[in-house]
Amino acid sequence: MDASADNTLGVIEPQLYQHSEPFALQNGQQLNGYELVFESYGKLNSDRSNAILICHALSGHHHAAGFHSMEDTKPGWWDACIGPGKSIDTDKFFVLSLNNLGGCHGSTGPNSIDPTTGEIFGPNFPNIVVKDWVASQAQLADHLGIKKFVAVVGGSLGGMQAMQWSIDFPERVHAAVLIASAAKLTAQNIAFNEIARQAITTDEDYCAGNYQQFNKNPDKGLMLARMVGHVTYLSEDGMKTKFDREIKSGDFEHGKDVEFQVESYLHHQGRAFTQYFDANTYLLMTRALDYFDPAREFDGDLTRALEKTMAKFLVLSFSTDWRFSPERSQEIVDALVRARKNVASAIIESEHGHDSFLLPIARYTKILGAFLERSQVELNQSSKLQKAQELV
Amino acid sequence: MRGDLELIATLINPGARVLDLGCGEGELLDHLQCNKQVNGYGLDKDAENIRICVGKGVNVIEQDLDEGLANFTENSFDMVVMTDALQAVKEPRELVRDMLRIGEECIVTFPNFAHWRCRAQLALKGVMPVSKQLPHSWYDTPNIHLCTFADFEQLCETESIKIIQRRVVNADHKEKALINWAPNFFGTYAFYRLGKSA
Repeated sequence: MDASADNTLGVIEPQLYQHSEPFALQNGQQLNGYELVFESYGKLNSDRSNAILICHALSGHHHAAGFHSMEDTKPGWWDACIGPGKSIDTDKFFVLSLNNLGGCHGSTGPNSIDPTTGEIFGPNFPNIVVKDWVASQAQLADHLGIKKFVAVVGGSLGGMQAMQWSIDFPERVHAAVLIASAAKLTAQNIAFNEIARQAITTDEDYCAGNYQQFNKNPDKGLMLARMVGHVTYLSEDGMKTKFDREIKSGDFEHGKDVEFQVESYLHHQGRAFTQYFDANTYLLMTRALDYFDPAREFDGDLTRALEKTMAKFLVLSFSTDWRFSPERSQEIVDALVRARKNVASAIIESEHGHDSFLLPIARYTKILGAFLERSQVELNQSSKLQKAQELV
Repeated sequence: MRGDLELIATLINPGARVLDLGCGEGELLDHLQCNKQVNGYGLDKDAENIRICVGKGVNVIEQDLDEGLANFTENSFDMVVMTDALQAVKEPRELVRDMLRIGEECIVTFPNFAHWRCRAQLALKGVMPVSKQLPHSWYDTPNIHLCTFADFEQLCETESIKIIQRRVVNADHKEKALINWAPNFFGTYAFYRLGKSA
Protein backbone atom coordinates (compact mmCIF):
# COMPACT_ATOMS: atom_id res chain seq x y z
CA MET A 1 0.00 0.00 0.00
CA ASP A 2 1.10 3.58 -0.60
CA ALA A 3 -0.22 7.14 -0.64
CA SER A 4 -1.79 6.72 -4.09
CA ALA A 5 -3.97 3.75 -3.09
CA ASP A 6 -7.76 4.07 -2.93
CA ASN A 7 -9.43 4.84 0.41
CA THR A 8 -6.30 6.30 1.96
CA LEU A 9 -5.77 9.87 3.02
CA GLY A 10 -2.73 10.32 0.81
CA VAL A 11 0.18 12.37 2.10
CA ILE A 12 -0.35 14.00 5.47
CA GLU A 13 1.66 16.92 6.79
CA PRO A 14 2.23 16.98 10.57
CA GLN A 15 1.59 20.32 12.29
CA LEU A 16 2.92 21.91 15.45
CA TYR A 17 1.07 23.55 18.32
CA GLN A 18 3.20 25.81 20.50
CA HIS A 19 1.92 26.57 23.96
CA SER A 20 3.90 29.46 25.33
CA GLU A 21 2.28 29.79 28.76
CA PRO A 22 3.58 27.83 31.75
CA PHE A 23 1.82 24.49 32.12
CA ALA A 24 1.25 23.18 35.64
CA LEU A 25 1.59 19.43 36.04
CA GLN A 26 -0.19 17.11 38.46
CA ASN A 27 3.02 16.35 40.32
CA GLY A 28 3.44 20.02 41.29
CA GLN A 29 6.15 20.77 38.71
CA GLN A 30 5.56 22.93 35.69
CA LEU A 31 6.72 23.15 32.11
CA ASN A 32 7.60 26.58 30.76
CA GLY A 33 5.47 26.04 27.70
CA TYR A 34 5.43 23.01 25.46
CA GLU A 35 4.99 21.86 21.87
CA LEU A 36 2.65 19.21 20.55
CA VAL A 37 3.00 17.68 17.11
CA PHE A 38 -0.32 16.68 15.59
CA GLU A 39 -2.04 15.61 12.40
CA SER A 40 -5.60 16.09 11.24
CA TYR A 41 -7.65 14.20 8.69
CA GLY A 42 -10.91 15.36 7.09
CA LYS A 43 -12.44 18.83 7.23
CA LEU A 44 -13.60 20.72 10.29
CA ASN A 45 -17.16 21.92 9.55
CA SER A 46 -18.23 25.53 9.93
CA ASP A 47 -19.57 25.22 13.49
CA ARG A 48 -16.68 22.93 14.49
CA SER A 49 -19.01 20.19 15.62
CA ASN A 50 -17.60 17.19 13.75
CA ALA A 51 -14.28 16.67 15.54
CA ILE A 52 -13.02 13.35 16.86
CA LEU A 53 -9.92 13.16 19.04
CA ILE A 54 -7.70 10.10 18.79
CA CYS A 55 -5.59 9.30 21.87
CA HIS A 56 -2.59 7.07 21.31
CA ALA A 57 -1.37 4.10 23.30
CA LEU A 58 1.99 3.32 24.90
CA SER A 59 4.19 3.35 21.82
CA GLY A 60 1.93 5.40 19.58
CA HIS A 61 2.26 8.89 18.18
CA HIS A 62 0.50 11.53 16.11
CA HIS A 63 0.82 9.69 12.82
CA ALA A 64 -2.37 7.63 12.98
CA ALA A 65 -3.38 7.57 9.31
CA GLY A 66 -2.22 8.38 5.81
CA PHE A 67 1.38 8.55 4.60
CA HIS A 68 4.24 10.93 5.15
CA SER A 69 5.44 10.95 1.54
CA MET A 70 4.64 9.41 -1.83
CA GLU A 71 7.48 6.94 -1.27
CA ASP A 72 6.19 5.96 2.17
CA THR A 73 4.87 2.36 2.11
CA LYS A 74 3.69 2.16 5.71
CA PRO A 75 0.59 4.13 6.69
CA GLY A 76 -0.12 5.54 10.17
CA TRP A 77 -0.75 3.15 13.07
CA TRP A 78 -4.56 3.24 12.86
CA ASP A 79 -5.02 3.60 9.12
CA ALA A 80 -7.19 0.46 9.31
CA CYS A 81 -9.89 2.52 11.02
CA ILE A 82 -9.28 6.13 9.97
CA GLY A 83 -9.87 7.30 6.40
CA PRO A 84 -12.49 7.98 3.77
CA GLY A 85 -15.38 5.51 4.18
CA LYS A 86 -13.70 3.79 7.14
CA SER A 87 -15.20 3.45 10.60
CA ILE A 88 -13.72 6.79 11.66
CA ASP A 89 -14.88 8.31 8.41
CA THR A 90 -12.83 11.31 7.31
CA ASP A 91 -15.52 12.18 4.75
CA LYS A 92 -17.71 13.07 7.74
CA PHE A 93 -15.41 13.79 10.63
CA PHE A 94 -12.46 16.03 11.39
CA VAL A 95 -10.05 13.66 13.07
CA LEU A 96 -7.34 15.00 15.34
CA SER A 97 -4.36 12.93 16.42
CA LEU A 98 -1.37 14.12 18.42
CA ASN A 99 1.83 12.93 20.00
CA ASN A 100 1.42 13.19 23.76
CA LEU A 101 3.53 15.30 26.05
CA GLY A 102 6.62 13.31 27.04
CA GLY A 103 6.60 11.54 23.69
CA CYS A 104 9.53 11.13 21.35
CA HIS A 105 8.02 11.93 17.98
CA GLY A 106 8.13 15.71 17.99
CA SER A 107 6.19 16.79 21.07
CA THR A 108 8.00 18.17 24.11
CA GLY A 109 9.55 15.25 25.93
CA PRO A 110 12.75 13.87 27.47
CA ASN A 111 14.62 14.55 24.20
CA SER A 112 13.69 18.24 24.18
CA ILE A 113 15.87 21.04 25.48
CA ASP A 114 14.93 22.25 28.96
CA PRO A 115 14.68 26.04 28.48
CA THR A 116 15.70 26.67 32.08
CA THR A 117 19.02 24.81 31.78
CA GLY A 118 19.63 24.83 28.04
CA GLU A 119 20.37 21.11 28.31
CA ILE A 120 18.40 18.10 27.16
CA PHE A 121 15.74 17.08 29.75
CA GLY A 122 16.71 13.40 29.64
CA PRO A 123 15.80 11.64 32.89
CA ASN A 124 14.85 14.98 34.47
CA PHE A 125 11.75 15.36 32.37
CA PRO A 126 8.89 15.58 34.87
CA ASN A 127 6.58 12.65 35.45
CA ILE A 128 3.46 12.99 33.36
CA VAL A 129 0.12 11.42 34.19
CA VAL A 130 -2.94 10.83 32.01
CA LYS A 131 -4.65 13.90 33.50
CA ASP A 132 -1.75 16.08 32.25
CA TRP A 133 -2.13 14.69 28.76
CA VAL A 134 -5.83 15.44 28.74
CA ALA A 135 -5.24 18.98 29.99
CA SER A 136 -2.74 19.64 27.20
CA GLN A 137 -5.03 18.04 24.61
CA ALA A 138 -7.81 20.40 25.76
CA GLN A 139 -5.49 23.34 25.17
CA LEU A 140 -4.82 22.06 21.67
CA ALA A 141 -8.59 21.79 21.14
CA ASP A 142 -9.00 25.39 22.37
CA HIS A 143 -6.34 26.48 19.91
CA LEU A 144 -8.28 24.83 17.07
CA GLY A 145 -11.58 26.31 18.28
CA ILE A 146 -13.12 22.92 19.11
CA LYS A 147 -15.49 23.33 22.05
CA LYS A 148 -16.90 19.83 22.04
CA PHE A 149 -15.75 16.58 20.47
CA VAL A 150 -18.24 14.22 18.86
CA ALA A 151 -16.05 11.57 20.40
CA VAL A 152 -12.76 11.04 22.15
CA VAL A 153 -11.46 7.64 21.07
CA GLY A 154 -8.57 5.54 22.29
CA GLY A 155 -7.30 2.00 22.67
CA SER A 156 -5.39 0.71 25.69
CA LEU A 157 -3.61 3.71 27.29
CA GLY A 158 -5.57 5.81 24.78
CA GLY A 159 -8.83 4.53 26.26
CA MET A 160 -7.66 5.74 29.66
CA GLN A 161 -7.25 9.24 28.19
CA ALA A 162 -10.76 9.06 26.71
CA MET A 163 -12.09 8.12 30.16
CA GLN A 164 -10.14 10.95 31.82
CA TRP A 165 -11.55 13.37 29.25
CA SER A 166 -15.09 12.36 30.19
CA ILE A 167 -14.27 13.01 33.86
CA ASP A 168 -12.29 16.24 33.52
CA PHE A 169 -14.24 17.90 30.71
CA PRO A 170 -17.74 16.38 30.85
CA GLU A 171 -19.32 19.11 28.74
CA ARG A 172 -16.70 18.81 25.98
CA VAL A 173 -17.17 15.12 25.15
CA HIS A 174 -20.36 13.87 23.54
CA ALA A 175 -19.09 10.30 23.38
CA ALA A 176 -16.10 8.40 24.73
CA VAL A 177 -14.85 5.22 23.09
CA LEU A 178 -12.76 3.00 25.37
CA ILE A 179 -11.16 0.15 23.46
CA ALA A 180 -9.21 -2.71 25.08
CA SER A 181 -8.69 -0.49 28.09
CA ALA A 182 -9.03 -0.55 31.88
CA ALA A 183 -9.92 1.78 34.74
CA LYS A 184 -6.61 0.82 36.35
CA LEU A 185 -3.86 -1.70 35.78
CA THR A 186 -3.79 -4.97 37.67
CA ALA A 187 -0.71 -6.07 39.63
CA GLN A 188 0.17 -8.46 36.80
CA ASN A 189 0.01 -5.67 34.28
CA ILE A 190 2.20 -3.36 36.39
CA ALA A 191 4.61 -6.28 36.79
CA PHE A 192 5.11 -6.52 33.03
CA ASN A 193 5.79 -2.79 32.89
CA GLU A 194 8.34 -3.09 35.67
CA ILE A 195 10.17 -5.89 33.86
CA ALA A 196 10.35 -3.61 30.83
CA ARG A 197 11.63 -0.71 32.93
CA GLN A 198 14.24 -2.88 34.64
CA ALA A 199 15.45 -4.12 31.26
CA ILE A 200 16.09 -0.50 30.25
CA THR A 201 17.48 0.94 33.47
CA THR A 202 19.89 -1.97 34.07
CA ASP A 203 21.34 -1.71 30.57
CA GLU A 204 24.87 -0.31 31.07
CA ASP A 205 24.29 2.09 28.18
CA TYR A 206 21.35 3.65 30.02
CA CYS A 207 23.81 5.83 32.01
CA ALA A 208 21.18 6.79 34.60
CA GLY A 209 19.08 8.21 31.80
CA ASN A 210 21.80 10.47 30.44
CA TYR A 211 22.68 8.17 27.53
CA GLN A 212 22.54 11.01 24.99
CA GLN A 213 25.28 12.92 26.79
CA PHE A 214 27.55 9.90 26.30
CA ASN A 215 26.39 9.26 22.75
CA LYS A 216 24.94 5.95 23.77
CA ASN A 217 21.52 4.31 23.71
CA PRO A 218 20.24 1.44 25.89
CA ASP A 219 19.41 -0.63 22.80
CA LYS A 220 19.62 -3.98 24.57
CA GLY A 221 17.28 -2.90 27.34
CA LEU A 222 14.81 -1.21 25.03
CA MET A 223 14.79 -4.27 22.79
CA LEU A 224 14.08 -6.59 25.73
CA ALA A 225 11.36 -4.27 26.98
CA ARG A 226 9.66 -4.34 23.60
CA MET A 227 10.01 -8.12 23.30
CA VAL A 228 8.27 -8.66 26.65
CA GLY A 229 5.60 -6.20 25.61
CA HIS A 230 4.99 -7.94 22.31
CA VAL A 231 4.47 -11.32 23.95
CA THR A 232 1.79 -9.80 26.17
CA TYR A 233 0.07 -8.09 23.24
CA LEU A 234 -0.46 -11.41 21.45
CA SER A 235 -2.42 -14.46 22.53
CA GLU A 236 -1.10 -18.01 22.79
CA ASP A 237 -3.39 -19.17 19.98
CA GLY A 238 -2.52 -16.16 17.87
CA MET A 239 1.20 -16.88 18.22
CA LYS A 240 0.59 -20.53 17.38
CA THR A 241 -1.25 -19.58 14.21
CA LYS A 242 1.34 -17.00 13.21
CA PHE A 243 4.57 -18.87 14.06
CA ASP A 244 3.85 -22.30 15.52
CA ARG A 245 7.27 -24.01 15.79
CA GLU A 246 8.42 -22.96 12.37
CA ILE A 247 12.17 -22.67 12.01
CA LYS A 248 13.74 -19.59 10.51
CA SER A 249 17.31 -20.85 10.28
CA GLY A 250 19.56 -23.73 11.37
CA ASP A 251 18.47 -27.35 11.70
CA PHE A 252 18.17 -29.88 14.49
CA GLU A 253 19.83 -32.76 12.59
CA HIS A 254 23.19 -31.12 12.01
CA GLY A 255 23.36 -29.51 15.43
CA LYS A 256 23.25 -26.05 13.97
CA ASP A 257 21.78 -23.28 16.12
CA VAL A 258 18.09 -23.27 15.55
CA GLU A 259 16.24 -19.99 15.37
CA PHE A 260 12.48 -20.27 15.58
CA GLN A 261 10.30 -17.86 13.61
CA VAL A 262 8.90 -16.44 16.83
CA GLU A 263 12.41 -15.60 18.04
CA SER A 264 13.23 -13.93 14.77
CA TYR A 265 9.99 -11.93 14.94
CA LEU A 266 10.69 -10.72 18.47
CA HIS A 267 14.30 -9.83 17.63
CA HIS A 268 13.13 -7.86 14.63
CA GLN A 269 10.40 -6.01 16.53
CA GLY A 270 12.77 -5.26 19.41
CA ARG A 271 15.55 -4.01 17.18
CA ALA A 272 13.21 -1.87 15.09
CA PHE A 273 11.84 -0.32 18.27
CA THR A 274 15.26 0.95 19.32
CA GLN A 275 15.35 2.92 16.06
CA TYR A 276 12.19 4.91 16.66
CA PHE A 277 11.53 4.98 20.37
CA ASP A 278 13.27 6.74 23.23
CA ALA A 279 14.05 4.87 26.44
CA ASN A 280 13.14 7.74 28.78
CA THR A 281 9.81 8.18 26.99
CA TYR A 282 9.15 4.46 27.39
CA LEU A 283 9.74 4.74 31.14
CA LEU A 284 7.48 7.80 31.33
CA MET A 285 4.65 6.21 29.35
CA THR A 286 4.68 2.95 31.33
CA ARG A 287 4.54 4.93 34.58
CA ALA A 288 1.57 6.94 33.29
CA LEU A 289 -0.13 3.59 32.63
CA ASP A 290 0.68 2.28 36.11
CA TYR A 291 -0.49 5.42 37.93
CA PHE A 292 -3.79 5.77 36.10
CA ASP A 293 -6.60 5.16 38.57
CA PRO A 294 -9.33 7.83 38.52
CA ALA A 295 -11.18 6.00 41.32
CA ARG A 296 -8.29 6.49 43.75
CA GLU A 297 -9.48 9.89 44.94
CA PHE A 298 -12.96 8.42 45.48
CA ASP A 299 -11.89 5.66 47.89
CA GLY A 300 -11.49 3.28 44.98
CA ASP A 301 -15.11 3.75 43.90
CA LEU A 302 -15.12 4.02 40.11
CA THR A 303 -18.86 4.70 40.06
CA ARG A 304 -18.32 7.90 42.03
CA ALA A 305 -15.37 8.85 39.84
CA LEU A 306 -17.68 8.64 36.81
CA GLU A 307 -20.63 10.39 38.44
CA LYS A 308 -20.06 13.80 36.82
CA THR A 309 -19.45 12.46 33.32
CA MET A 310 -21.99 13.43 30.67
CA ALA A 311 -20.68 11.43 27.71
CA LYS A 312 -22.19 8.30 26.32
CA PHE A 313 -19.69 5.47 26.29
CA LEU A 314 -18.76 2.64 23.99
CA VAL A 315 -16.60 0.03 25.71
CA LEU A 316 -15.01 -2.57 23.46
CA SER A 317 -12.76 -5.50 24.36
CA PHE A 318 -11.33 -8.54 22.61
CA SER A 319 -11.87 -12.16 23.57
CA THR A 320 -8.21 -13.22 23.70
CA ASP A 321 -6.77 -10.00 25.12
CA TRP A 322 -5.20 -10.97 28.43
CA ARG A 323 -3.20 -7.77 28.95
CA PHE A 324 -6.41 -5.68 29.02
CA SER A 325 -8.95 -8.45 29.33
CA PRO A 326 -12.71 -8.22 28.72
CA GLU A 327 -13.14 -8.40 32.53
CA ARG A 328 -11.38 -5.02 32.89
CA SER A 329 -13.78 -3.53 30.35
CA GLN A 330 -16.71 -5.11 32.18
CA GLU A 331 -15.62 -3.31 35.37
CA ILE A 332 -15.92 -0.01 33.51
CA VAL A 333 -19.32 -0.96 32.10
CA ASP A 334 -20.63 -2.02 35.51
CA ALA A 335 -19.48 1.24 37.11
CA LEU A 336 -21.12 3.25 34.32
CA VAL A 337 -24.41 1.37 34.73
CA ARG A 338 -24.29 2.02 38.48
CA ALA A 339 -23.63 5.69 37.79
CA ARG A 340 -26.65 5.62 35.41
CA LYS A 341 -24.61 6.65 32.40
CA ASN A 342 -25.31 5.73 28.81
CA VAL A 343 -23.08 2.88 27.76
CA ALA A 344 -22.88 0.17 25.14
CA SER A 345 -20.37 -2.65 25.16
CA ALA A 346 -19.19 -5.51 22.99
CA ILE A 347 -16.64 -8.28 23.34
CA ILE A 348 -15.13 -8.84 19.91
CA GLU A 349 -14.09 -12.36 18.99
CA SER A 350 -10.45 -12.26 17.85
CA GLU A 351 -7.38 -14.43 18.23
CA HIS A 352 -4.98 -11.50 18.08
CA GLY A 353 -4.93 -10.59 21.77
CA HIS A 354 -4.40 -6.97 22.79
CA ASP A 355 -3.11 -6.07 19.32
CA SER A 356 -6.63 -6.67 17.98
CA PHE A 357 -7.55 -3.04 18.61
CA LEU A 358 -5.24 -1.99 15.78
CA LEU A 359 -6.64 -4.48 13.27
CA PRO A 360 -9.52 -4.14 10.79
CA ILE A 361 -11.74 -6.82 12.36
CA ALA A 362 -15.13 -6.59 10.62
CA ARG A 363 -17.36 -6.72 13.68
CA TYR A 364 -15.18 -4.21 15.51
CA THR A 365 -14.98 -1.63 12.74
CA LYS A 366 -18.72 -1.91 12.02
CA ILE A 367 -19.78 -1.30 15.59
CA LEU A 368 -17.32 1.57 15.97
CA GLY A 369 -18.60 3.16 12.75
CA ALA A 370 -22.26 2.75 13.78
CA PHE A 371 -21.58 4.28 17.19
CA LEU A 372 -19.76 7.34 15.80
CA GLU A 373 -22.37 7.94 13.12
CA ARG A 374 -25.11 7.83 15.74
CA SER A 375 -23.11 10.14 18.02
CA GLN A 376 -22.86 12.76 15.29
CA VAL A 377 -26.63 12.63 14.74
CA GLU A 378 -27.27 13.03 18.48
CA LEU A 379 -24.82 15.90 18.82
CA ASN A 380 -26.45 17.73 15.88
CA GLN A 381 -29.89 17.18 17.40
CA SER A 382 -28.85 18.44 20.81
CA SER A 383 -27.14 21.54 19.43
CA LYS A 384 -30.22 22.32 17.30
CA LEU A 385 -32.34 21.97 20.39
CA GLN A 386 -29.98 24.21 22.31
CA LYS A 387 -30.07 26.87 19.60
CA ALA A 388 -33.89 26.74 19.54
CA GLN A 389 -33.99 27.18 23.31
CA GLU A 390 -31.62 30.12 23.11
CA LEU A 391 -33.97 31.77 20.58
CA VAL A 392 -36.92 31.31 22.93
CA MET B 1 -43.59 -2.42 17.41
CA ARG B 2 -44.05 -6.12 18.15
CA GLY B 3 -47.41 -6.68 19.85
CA ASP B 4 -45.97 -8.16 23.03
CA LEU B 5 -43.55 -5.24 23.44
CA GLU B 6 -46.40 -2.74 23.02
CA LEU B 7 -48.19 -4.42 25.87
CA ILE B 8 -45.07 -4.33 28.03
CA ALA B 9 -44.48 -0.67 27.26
CA THR B 10 -47.86 0.17 28.79
CA LEU B 11 -46.73 -1.41 32.07
CA ILE B 12 -43.62 0.76 32.41
CA ASN B 13 -43.78 4.15 34.12
CA PRO B 14 -42.17 7.23 32.57
CA GLY B 15 -38.64 7.81 33.80
CA ALA B 16 -38.30 4.24 35.08
CA ARG B 17 -35.01 2.37 35.15
CA VAL B 18 -35.37 -0.64 32.91
CA LEU B 19 -33.17 -3.66 32.25
CA ASP B 20 -34.14 -5.74 29.22
CA LEU B 21 -32.67 -9.24 29.22
CA GLY B 22 -32.18 -10.48 25.67
CA CYS B 23 -33.07 -7.10 24.19
CA GLY B 24 -32.68 -8.18 20.56
CA GLU B 25 -32.63 -5.18 18.23
CA GLY B 26 -33.53 -2.86 21.08
CA GLU B 27 -37.09 -2.20 19.92
CA LEU B 28 -38.59 -1.93 23.39
CA LEU B 29 -35.81 0.22 24.84
CA ASP B 30 -35.76 2.50 21.81
CA HIS B 31 -39.50 3.03 22.20
CA LEU B 32 -39.23 3.63 25.96
CA GLN B 33 -36.30 6.06 25.55
CA CYS B 34 -38.11 8.09 22.91
CA ASN B 35 -41.53 8.12 24.53
CA LYS B 36 -41.06 7.66 28.25
CA GLN B 37 -37.62 9.11 29.04
CA VAL B 38 -36.64 5.73 30.41
CA ASN B 39 -33.07 5.07 31.55
CA GLY B 40 -32.71 1.63 30.04
CA TYR B 41 -30.09 -1.00 29.37
CA GLY B 42 -30.37 -4.13 27.30
CA LEU B 43 -28.33 -7.30 27.51
CA ASP B 44 -27.69 -9.40 24.44
CA LYS B 45 -25.01 -11.67 23.05
CA ASP B 46 -25.77 -11.55 19.34
CA ALA B 47 -23.24 -9.48 17.37
CA GLU B 48 -25.74 -8.22 14.79
CA ASN B 49 -28.31 -7.28 17.45
CA ILE B 50 -25.66 -5.35 19.34
CA ARG B 51 -24.59 -3.41 16.27
CA ILE B 52 -28.20 -2.51 15.47
CA CYS B 53 -28.79 -1.33 19.06
CA VAL B 54 -25.64 0.80 18.97
CA GLY B 55 -26.80 2.37 15.70
CA LYS B 56 -30.10 3.29 17.36
CA GLY B 57 -28.44 4.76 20.42
CA VAL B 58 -29.75 2.00 22.69
CA ASN B 59 -27.60 1.11 25.71
CA VAL B 60 -26.76 -2.48 24.87
CA ILE B 61 -24.31 -4.52 26.91
CA GLU B 62 -22.83 -7.72 25.60
CA GLN B 63 -23.61 -10.28 28.26
CA ASP B 64 -24.68 -13.92 28.19
CA LEU B 65 -27.70 -14.50 30.43
CA ASP B 66 -26.36 -17.97 31.21
CA GLU B 67 -23.45 -16.38 33.07
CA GLY B 68 -25.87 -14.78 35.51
CA LEU B 69 -26.45 -11.19 36.55
CA ALA B 70 -24.08 -10.98 39.52
CA ASN B 71 -22.61 -7.72 38.18
CA PHE B 72 -25.88 -5.86 38.81
CA THR B 73 -26.58 -4.52 42.26
CA GLU B 74 -29.69 -5.13 44.34
CA ASN B 75 -32.75 -3.00 43.56
CA SER B 76 -30.89 -1.02 40.93
CA PHE B 77 -33.78 -1.16 38.45
CA ASP B 78 -37.48 -0.40 38.62
CA MET B 79 -38.31 -3.05 36.05
CA VAL B 80 -36.41 -6.03 34.70
CA VAL B 81 -37.91 -7.42 31.51
CA MET B 82 -37.30 -10.75 29.80
CA THR B 83 -39.36 -11.53 26.72
CA ASP B 84 -39.41 -14.97 25.20
CA ALA B 85 -36.07 -16.08 26.64
CA LEU B 86 -36.96 -17.93 29.85
CA GLN B 87 -37.23 -21.25 28.01
CA ALA B 88 -33.81 -20.84 26.40
CA VAL B 89 -31.63 -20.12 29.44
CA LYS B 90 -29.60 -22.66 31.35
CA GLU B 91 -30.94 -21.88 34.81
CA PRO B 92 -34.35 -20.20 34.59
CA ARG B 93 -35.08 -20.41 38.31
CA GLU B 94 -31.81 -18.70 39.28
CA LEU B 95 -32.36 -16.08 36.61
CA VAL B 96 -35.86 -15.21 37.84
CA ARG B 97 -34.50 -14.99 41.40
CA ASP B 98 -31.75 -12.67 40.16
CA MET B 99 -34.22 -10.54 38.22
CA LEU B 100 -36.18 -9.93 41.39
CA ARG B 101 -33.01 -9.20 43.34
CA ILE B 102 -32.01 -6.50 40.83
CA GLY B 103 -35.44 -5.09 40.06
CA GLU B 104 -38.38 -3.85 42.10
CA GLU B 105 -40.59 -5.70 39.64
CA CYS B 106 -40.14 -8.01 36.67
CA ILE B 107 -41.96 -8.88 33.51
CA VAL B 108 -41.45 -12.36 32.12
CA THR B 109 -43.03 -13.64 28.93
CA PHE B 110 -42.80 -17.14 27.48
CA PRO B 111 -44.70 -19.51 25.17
CA ASN B 112 -47.09 -22.01 26.69
CA PHE B 113 -46.06 -25.63 26.19
CA ALA B 114 -49.54 -26.75 27.27
CA HIS B 115 -51.29 -24.96 24.40
CA TRP B 116 -53.80 -27.34 22.83
CA ARG B 117 -51.78 -27.59 19.60
CA CYS B 118 -48.73 -28.72 21.55
CA ARG B 119 -50.81 -31.18 23.52
CA ALA B 120 -52.37 -32.52 20.32
CA GLN B 121 -49.07 -33.10 18.58
CA LEU B 122 -47.70 -34.98 21.55
CA ALA B 123 -50.91 -36.90 22.36
CA LEU B 124 -52.12 -37.78 18.88
CA LYS B 125 -48.97 -37.89 16.76
CA GLY B 126 -46.54 -38.81 19.53
CA VAL B 127 -43.98 -36.23 18.41
CA MET B 128 -42.39 -33.22 20.07
CA PRO B 129 -44.52 -30.18 19.29
CA VAL B 130 -43.36 -27.77 16.60
CA SER B 131 -45.21 -24.50 16.11
CA LYS B 132 -44.79 -20.93 14.93
CA GLN B 133 -43.67 -19.96 18.42
CA LEU B 134 -41.50 -23.05 18.86
CA PRO B 135 -40.25 -23.69 15.34
CA HIS B 136 -37.27 -25.92 16.13
CA SER B 137 -36.90 -29.68 16.03
CA TRP B 138 -36.07 -31.46 19.26
CA TYR B 139 -32.43 -31.94 18.29
CA ASP B 140 -31.56 -28.33 17.49
CA THR B 141 -33.86 -26.31 19.67
CA PRO B 142 -32.42 -23.56 21.85
CA ASN B 143 -35.50 -23.96 24.03
CA ILE B 144 -34.17 -26.28 26.70
CA HIS B 145 -36.52 -25.38 29.55
CA LEU B 146 -40.01 -25.29 28.12
CA CYS B 147 -42.82 -24.97 30.61
CA THR B 148 -46.53 -24.36 30.91
CA PHE B 149 -48.33 -21.55 32.68
CA ALA B 150 -49.21 -23.99 35.44
CA ASP B 151 -45.55 -24.98 35.83
CA PHE B 152 -44.44 -21.37 36.04
CA GLU B 153 -47.07 -20.46 38.59
CA GLN B 154 -46.02 -23.42 40.70
CA LEU B 155 -42.45 -22.12 40.61
CA CYS B 156 -43.64 -18.69 41.73
CA GLU B 157 -45.47 -20.32 44.61
CA THR B 158 -42.48 -22.33 45.86
CA GLU B 159 -40.24 -19.29 45.48
CA SER B 160 -42.79 -17.02 47.18
CA ILE B 161 -42.84 -14.74 44.16
CA LYS B 162 -45.82 -12.44 43.95
CA ILE B 163 -47.72 -12.52 40.66
CA ILE B 164 -48.97 -8.95 40.37
CA GLN B 165 -50.59 -9.40 37.02
CA ARG B 166 -50.97 -12.09 34.38
CA ARG B 167 -52.12 -11.57 30.84
CA VAL B 168 -52.53 -14.42 28.42
CA VAL B 169 -52.70 -13.88 24.67
CA ASN B 170 -52.94 -15.73 21.39
CA ALA B 171 -50.27 -15.99 18.69
CA ASP B 172 -51.10 -12.44 17.54
CA HIS B 173 -50.65 -11.11 21.08
CA LYS B 174 -54.39 -10.48 21.44
CA GLU B 175 -56.48 -11.26 24.50
CA LYS B 176 -59.61 -13.35 23.83
CA ALA B 177 -62.52 -14.47 26.00
CA LEU B 178 -61.92 -18.11 25.17
CA ILE B 179 -58.32 -17.84 26.33
CA ASN B 180 -59.31 -16.36 29.65
CA TRP B 181 -61.75 -19.20 30.16
CA ALA B 182 -58.95 -21.81 29.91
CA PRO B 183 -55.61 -20.01 29.65
CA ASN B 184 -53.34 -23.01 30.03
CA PHE B 185 -55.15 -24.71 27.17
CA PHE B 186 -55.85 -21.87 24.72
CA GLY B 187 -53.17 -19.33 25.60
CA THR B 188 -50.07 -19.06 23.39
CA TYR B 189 -48.05 -16.53 25.36
CA ALA B 190 -48.28 -15.23 28.89
CA PHE B 191 -46.99 -12.03 30.45
CA TYR B 192 -46.28 -12.25 34.10
CA ARG B 193 -45.65 -9.14 36.10
CA LEU B 194 -43.84 -10.28 39.22
CA GLY B 195 -43.00 -8.68 42.54
CA LYS B 196 -40.90 -9.62 45.54
CA SER B 197 -42.05 -12.22 48.04
CA ALA B 198 -45.77 -12.74 48.21
